[in-house]
Amino acid sequence: MAEKIGVYVCHCGSNIAGKVDVEEIAQWAGENLDDVAVSRDYKFMCSSLGQQMIEDDIKKEKLTRVVVGACSPHLHEKTFRRACSNAGMNPYLMDLTNIREHCSWVHKDRSLATEKARALISAAVQRVKHQEPLEPMYVDVNPATLVIGGGIAGLQATLELADAGYHVYLVERLPSIGGHMAQFDKTFPTLDCSACILTPKMSEAGQHENVTLLTYAELEEVSGSVGSFKVKIRQKSRCVDYDACTGCGICVEKCPRKVLDTEFEAGMGNRKAIYMPFPQAVPRVPVIDQDSCIWFERQKCRACEKLCPTDAIKFDQEDELIDIEVGNIIIATGWKPFDSKKIPQYGYGRLANVYTSMEFERLCNAAGPTNGKIVMRDGKTVPKSIAIVHCVGSRDDRHNPYCSGICCMAALKFGHLVLEKTDAEVYSFYIDMRTNQKNYEEFYQRLLGEGMRFVRGKVSEVTDAARMPTEQGKLIVQCEDTLIGRQQRYPVDMVILMGALEPQEDARELGLKCGISCSMEGWYTERHPKLDPVATMTDGVFVAGTCQGPKDIPASVAQGAAAAARVAGMITKGKVMIEPIVASINEQACSGCKICNNMCPYNAIEFIEETETSRVITALCKGCGTCVAACPAGVITGAHFNNKQIFAEIEGALWDALQPAAESSSQAETVPASAS
Amino acid sequence: MSEQVFEPKIVGFLCNWCSYRAADLAGSARITHAPNVRIVRVMCSGRVDPSFVMKAFSLGADAVLIAGCHPGECHYIEQNYKAMRRFHMLRQTLKAMGVEEQRIQLVWASAAEGQQLAEAIDKMVDEVRQLGPLGWSGNWEENGERIQALEDIVKEHEQAMEVTA
Ligand SMILES: Cc1cc2nc3c(=O)[nH]c(=O)nc-3n(C[C@H](O)[C@H](O)[C@H](O)COP(=O)(O)OP(=O)(O)OC[C@H]3O[C@@H](n4cnc5c(N)ncnc54)[C@H](O)[C@@H]3O)c2cc1C
Ligand code: SF4
Ligand code: SF4
Ligand code: FES
Repeated sequence: MAEKIGVYVCHCGSNIAGKVDVEEIAQWAGENLDDVAVSRDYKFMCSSLGQQMIEDDIKKEKLTRVVVGACSPHLHEKTFRRACSNAGMNPYLMDLTNIREHCSWVHKDRSLATEKARALISAAVQRVKHQEPLEPMYVDVNPATLVIGGGIAGLQATLELADAGYHVYLVERLPSIGGHMAQFDKTFPTLDCSACILTPKMSEAGQHENVTLLTYAELEEVSGSVGSFKVKIRQKSRCVDYDACTGCGICVEKCPRKVLDTEFEAGMGNRKAIYMPFPQAVPRVPVIDQDSCIWFERQKCRACEKLCPTDAIKFDQEDELIDIEVGNIIIATGWKPFDSKKIPQYGYGRLANVYTSMEFERLCNAAGPTNGKIVMRDGKTVPKSIAIVHCVGSRDDRHNPYCSGICCMAALKFGHLVLEKTDAEVYSFYIDMRTNQKNYEEFYQRLLGEGMRFVRGKVSEVTDAARMPTEQGKLIVQCEDTLIGRQQRYPVDMVILMGALEPQEDARELGLKCGISCSMEGWYTERHPKLDPVATMTDGVFVAGTCQGPKDIPASVAQGAAAAARVAGMITKGKVMIEPIVASINEQACSGCKICNNMCPYNAIEFIEETETSRVITALCKGCGTCVAACPAGVITGAHFNNKQIFAEIEGALWDALQPAAESSSQAETVPASAS
Repeated sequence: MSEQVFEPKIVGFLCNWCSYRAADLAGSARITHAPNVRIVRVMCSGRVDPSFVMKAFSLGADAVLIAGCHPGECHYIEQNYKAMRRFHMLRQTLKAMGVEEQRIQLVWASAAEGQQLAEAIDKMVDEVRQLGPLGWSGNWEENGERIQALEDIVKEHEQAMEVTA
């Protein structure tokens, strides 16, 4: 039965009509393309009048297919699908072809643009004939949510959802939630005490009836899709019975093994083999670090076990796999610091009094290893001069091309703390001073007033090789002061390297598990950089905070809240529509070669041993179509993108290519269309 | 055919998530480029069946463009690597049959790279213009067989490469 196709070519005001002869194309389509019953052009197809026109035609003319030539399907596919539905046509029998973004907006020559638009319309008309009615699939949204990462962004998301009455599983890989913010003394630009604003949120999350806290735990595996993800979490063994422990801390006190704390104290202080990372840790349940515990080393000690009043120490505890089901996932895994040793000329690791920014955070933290006293590595000398080097590993093509965004402000914060606590001179070596958030520039002005010195230039070297008596025993910072155009040497006692924010080591791997991708650097890719900054290309997976790109605390919090709002919206709605674009295998014709089995990144294809054929698990298939292209027997169909449809589209797009040869005869037979 | 400037006809298979959006972005940013690529949207570059490419050549395309997300950024995790393998194989095979390399190109363009995609299209159109028409569609009988033979080789190759126990 021949189809009755309606073709609608949009002017988009002058956006399309200005470069493409829309009236002529509409007329041409009506006269020259088979099965076109109605062909019209209209000022604004997407307007309610335009939609009405389509709806009326479908009803009056009994159209069976609709082609719209207008803007990108990413903009208005839904609009025109809805119009078709309203008129009782299956929405998947419509094709929107893009003659604006892909044509009128980008081509100079009117006749060439018109020819291209004509080809695109022709392609759509050929394609649409083969489109098949599809039923959108709906799935229930599980109201529980998984939040990965318990830094400030993840905490914010957790609390927003929990307060709204929804259950949250918060997974944090370290023994306590809190993230990097827990390590800071003060936060710019207001200089609030970091712990004072962070720890209440931590304990709230720890005590919330709607929050299941899984610390010292990591994501093992994710399956399923939006609305109903199945997640496996690995709860690493703490060697402590979580429920029995009261958090009294006697075990920590009595543990004889002291080790360098490279995590929370950034190597500036020690901890025990059994430890809580910091006094306000949530949960207040210690963990045994099996790599440093004497028992695990040589089967001696067990002091903690003997002294624990509740018998909570369990040396034989094993990792536990916990299965949970959630409707949505929020990833908030934050950042990791740049390894300053990668820039050997700055001397970190070789010159004792060169510090990383995180080391300095601990050094000036009132709760840190020196109780906030700013002293050099010898533990007593107060520095008389300090150099702060900006952009270490940022804005540097050898390391990271991007600006880490927060280092200028953190440098100013350090400057303020040093000037407040000591009489030292503070120099900032900056390339550009970037203070473009609320109250940031004011903070910079304030530091100018407080006497911090600013040298504009990129530091070339930090050395202890003195050339002059005044440089003896000092660290010399070599830098071209670009404002006066001269190489200068600045002898100082201490150097702080403002290292870049980098993506977590396992960002890509975690992204892969959750089905989202990273930029070249390793920051998670948002669905749209401006208009959809916390959603990702995978429905039901959201990102928040610095794992999406460097940012400060306010922006991380805003994203945490935004991601929570998006999830709450989905939960409230209760159901999500998923596009029925999935693959299916004609099991009668499948030869059982298993080629497709390895093609699918979601393991959506199973092999049925009895029949020796493969089958697509619809719920897992995301519709990429790779298996469809790979099946040598051509027996996999990709819904809405099947071979017939695409072959027809190619044929339509090249309608003019074969004209001169005038051999219009049996083209379709030339390449045997492997069964769609 | 006419002696005017030769305007090649190119079929472009663009993945829905990155490169199609890059073309959208080129549009909203009004980055002018050559009008020779007729875009066919596929969900992923991994969907591009070698027979799509053959079909396009057999119907008179002078060149075929395949565009997808950057390696590591495919919306379906890693399917563009599969596209890449197929592409190289296809290009080799086509070359053996006398089709110049420039007539089949693979371009990575993220959704933010409208400019890069436009430049790649311009470059490709220039190169194909230099080569002139492919003219495979000229002789139907013979090429029909050639294409069939090609397809068979490609499929065989794929099978050999892709079955990993
Ligand atoms: C020296 C310095 C000073 C700064 N000072 C300020 C300041 O004063 N004011 C300000 O606004 N900003 C400041 N910042 C920026 C601030 O650190 C970030 O904005 C903030 O930490 C972002 O929070 P987050 O939650 O995104 O990430 P994070 O704080 O990094 O938290 C991420 C959490 O996720 C966990 N995690 C990571 N991977 C996994 C995984 N695979 N599974 C489970 N859990 C995981 C981590 O253990 C961590 O707890 C400073 C940065 C630096 C370098
Ligand atoms: S590739 Fe095709 S024939 Fe081989 S197992 Fe999969 S569906 Fe069956
Ligand atoms: S189309 Fe095939 S390869 Fe792609 S997700 Fe579905 S089953 Fe897997
Ligand atoms: S989705 Fe773009 S290449 Fe796979």
